[in-house]
Amino acid sequence: MEFFRIRRDIPFMRHALVFNIISLVTFLAAVFFLATRGLHFSIEFTGGTVIEAQYAQSADIGKVRSTVEALNFGEVQVQNFGTSRDVLIRLPVRGDVKQAEVVTRVFGELCKAEAGTVAVKDVTTDKGEQVSRQVCSAGAAEPVKLMRSEFVGPQVGKELAEDGAKALGFVVLGIMLYLAFRFEWKFSVAAIVANLHDVVIILGFFAFFQWEFSLSVLAAVLAVLGYSVNESVVIFDRIREAFRRFRKMNTHEVIDHAITSTMSRTIITHGSTQMMVLSMLMFGGPTLHYFAVALTIGILFGIYSSVFVAAAIAMWLGVKREDLVKAGTKETDPDDPNAGAVV
Amino acid sequence: MNRYPAWKYAILVIALLVGLIYTLPNFFGEAPAVQVSSGKATLKLDAAMAPRIEQVLAAAALKADFVQFEAGSVKARFADTDAQIKAKDAIVKALNPDPADPSYIVALNLLSRSPHWLTAMHALPMYLGLDLRGGVHFLMQVDMKSALTKKAEALTGDIRTLLRDKNLRHSGIVRDANTVAIRFRDRETLTAARTLLLDQLPDLEWVDSQDGSDFMLSGTLKPAAARLVQETAVKQNITTLHNRVNELGVAEPVIQQQGLDRVVVQLPGVQDTAKAKDIIGRTATLEVRLVDESTEANDARRGNGPVPFGMERYVDRNGEPLILKRQVILTGENLTDAQTGFDQQTQEPSVNLTLDAKGSRIFKDVTRENVGKRMAILLFEKGKGEVVTAPVIRTEIGGGRVQISGRMTTVEANDTALLLRSGSLAAPMEIIEERTIGPSLGAENIAKGFNSVIYGFTAIAAFMCAYYLLFGMFSTLALAFNLLLLVAVLSMLQATLTLPGIAAIALALGMAIDANVLINERVREELRGGASPQAAIHAGYERAFATILDSNVTTLIAGIALLAFGSGPVKGFAVVHCLGILTSMFSAVVFSRGLVNLWYGRQKKLKGVSIGQVWKPQAEVPAKT
Repeated sequence: MEFFRIRRDIPFMRHALVFNIISLVTFLAAVFFLATRGLHFSIEFTGGTVIEAQYAQSADIGKVRSTVEALNFGEVQVQNFGTSRDVLIRLPVRGDVKQAEVVTRVFGELCKAEAGTVAVKDVTTDKGEQVSRQVCSAGAAEPVKLMRSEFVGPQVGKELAEDGAKALGFVVLGIMLYLAFRFEWKFSVAAIVANLHDVVIILGFFAFFQWEFSLSVLAAVLAVLGYSVNESVVIFDRIREAFRRFRKMNTHEVIDHAITSTMSRTIITHGSTQMMVLSMLMFGGPTLHYFAVALTIGILFGIYSSVFVAAAIAMWLGVKREDLVKAGTKETDPDDPNAGAVV
Repeated sequence: MNRYPAWKYAILVIALLVGLIYTLPNFFGEAPAVQVSSGKATLKLDAAMAPRIEQVLAAAALKADFVQFEAGSVKARFADTDAQIKAKDAIVKALNPDPADPSYIVALNLLSRSPHWLTAMHALPMYLGLDLRGGVHFLMQVDMKSALTKKAEALTGDIRTLLRDKNLRHSGIVRDANTVAIRFRDRETLTAARTLLLDQLPDLEWVDSQDGSDFMLSGTLKPAAARLVQETAVKQNITTLHNRVNELGVAEPVIQQQGLDRVVVQLPGVQDTAKAKDIIGRTATLEVRLVDESTEANDARRGNGPVPFGMERYVDRNGEPLILKRQVILTGENLTDAQTGFDQQTQEPSVNLTLDAKGSRIFKDVTRENVGKRMAILLFEKGKGEVVTAPVIRTEIGGGRVQISGRMTTVEANDTALLLRSGSLAAPMEIIEERTIGPSLGAENIAKGFNSVIYGFTAIAAFMCAYYLLFGMFSTLALAFNLLLLVAVLSMLQATLTLPGIAAIALALGMAIDANVLINERVREELRGGASPQAAIHAGYERAFATILDSNVTTLIAGIALLAFGSGPVKGFAVVHCLGILTSMFSAVVFSRGLVNLWYGRQKKLKGVSIGQVWKPQAEVPAKT
């Protein structure tokens, strides 16, 4: 099997301007949505309480919402989580409410709404681990189960947001330095611009659809940033090699050749990584859902931006053969007294 | 040219063996077990406990897989839950004759089913995070300000004692936040006091000033000393938390410092947050002070007059007000133990306290000077003080053994002892993050994470084998080797595996295949360019390596950033991500090359390689110069 049977180098750079305009438009759209809609941060960043409960039957979201709202804990969000039986309840941080009691009280109310009573029971799991938990029981049935609860104080959220920004800064700086050292500053600028453009677009998607932006999404964004820079690295590597090997080609042709010859690899690797991510999207459940979504967008735009954006920016910045191919130092060193006559 | 020297193969074989051995324990699963640990701070378990439990089990005709002493607790593993529960009952009956005052905590637990020889090699299964096994997680913030205030308060007391001992007259010692100010009438006394204090209390820095006709000497904690106070405060809180958590009977609690002033508490298996919080979040600190029973104080107590200067009003547990001196004689730090017992003369229930050396010395002095007066033990919870008990001092008490008795029931004595024992947090703590994960959710998360990895891996393997044929097989084997190494390294480091960690494993595999694709594409390209098979393999690996290195470095930069700045779930992701990059470098380049060399390297006249169809363009290739 061989998917890519490309006879001639594809003249990508002839259309560089078009691609860059498309990128710019998507980028601006992403910035626009980020500015107008903002990100829907998870409680890890904002602070607050999340409760995941599982009902024996399909949950009545409206009823759950009104039950929780009656407690006056502030703006309540109730939504399905994964299946129709699972509900996720989000509560904001409120200074006047004792955080320690929120979960117990909410669960108590939910239980009461299902005509049950909460009791603490010692349960031994089938594996023999002893577990004591709050059980809501109505007769023999257990109408609602507390699956998970999470409370994050406001000070933690603020720190996480700061740390996230620091991590992003560190990644950008680290990658730029490495590329500048390994290649040349023009490439390092081009690669970072192209990949930050990916990051902004991922964030733009999250802002547009108001998907929940959690810590794991942030991890996915940073991982994908490191990953798609790979792509630019591979292409730049080829550009350098092509500059060395094909002395008659001009910059345009060299870039076209580099992109064409790495094309097959680009698609296959990204395809493979995407297969893994897709498997996470399908089998990973709701916890990994947005993580996988962020990776998917990142991978797809990663291909696009390395091929059409990074190289084009490097071209606009005026990459030359001389930048990458260092001629023998002996020939060019004018101060070398032993250099001898130059003919 | 495509041959490895023997030592390289040897390294690969060793890596494979080590990988297999350390991955193995993860496949055995877990078996029911009973864990016995000490229920009292004064009681230390030792290796002699294991034979004792064996005897108990033998007497009850129960057969354990093994009974062993490890890290302060004895664990016994059983074949089924039935035996486990029977064993627990038997052990409880034998070890804790008095159920009201258990000396040992007997908890049901899970232990790895892996055979003994693996455990002996420290080949243990990965430690599962709370999101995979269920449990409670707390992040607590230690209130450092109050730790410093407390230290300053204690120092103020020391200063008072020192000046009195040396007969240096002052006209008042005031503590304002963390600064202690002493007033003197004349400069000579100030100079003398200063020399003395500099000598005796090296933790303080002194500045003198003049205020009207008085001379002021104000001391603040040195930064180094303040840091030390904070560090010890966190350490002591962790110790106290350990003691409290022991009461819960949790099998494997995790209590760790995070950052400068935070403590993480993870209690696997516990689902009852309210009870856990009740015990952990009991932000209690202990103080011993003298009760003032002067006429003014008695008036103030009845509400007929203002509280005299230097005194404070507190109520005891029955709501009776008491006027206490502000000066703190002892804090919970000096209290090493509190147990219930009986007064030998009156046979009344009593609470017996044990003090540390410093505490005993101070206590001796104070009791000598205050025979017949009352002393109060205060418990501070969330900034509010309450008198636990206020006994009368009958005689001078030396040696650090204090008995409080009279007008107490056994239950009251027990309660008081418990409060005093678990009370001593060096500084109050506040829960700033809390997470509960149900056990069924944990099991679901494991299944989901596992499925993602398996299906993703299968898809990639199928594609690679179809597209690159034999080279695809090598790549798949290298990928499997990568997974093996990664799991082995994680097990070896006993890193905590979380759901984001599993996601990172999946992602690491998805990204690791990149290196093999690069190599395979390169080899094809060389073949297309007309190189001989052996040369193509060689050049493919050589040329691809620089690119692989570059791309892994950039990914590693992102991983390190996550490791450095991430916390909680992100950290779990980052650890696996970084390790995955390192293992993938080894497996994709060295291991797959090893396989290729083994297969093709010996064939001198190699006609072709099985790497899928290599399509050659009809048009001319750009001319080379």
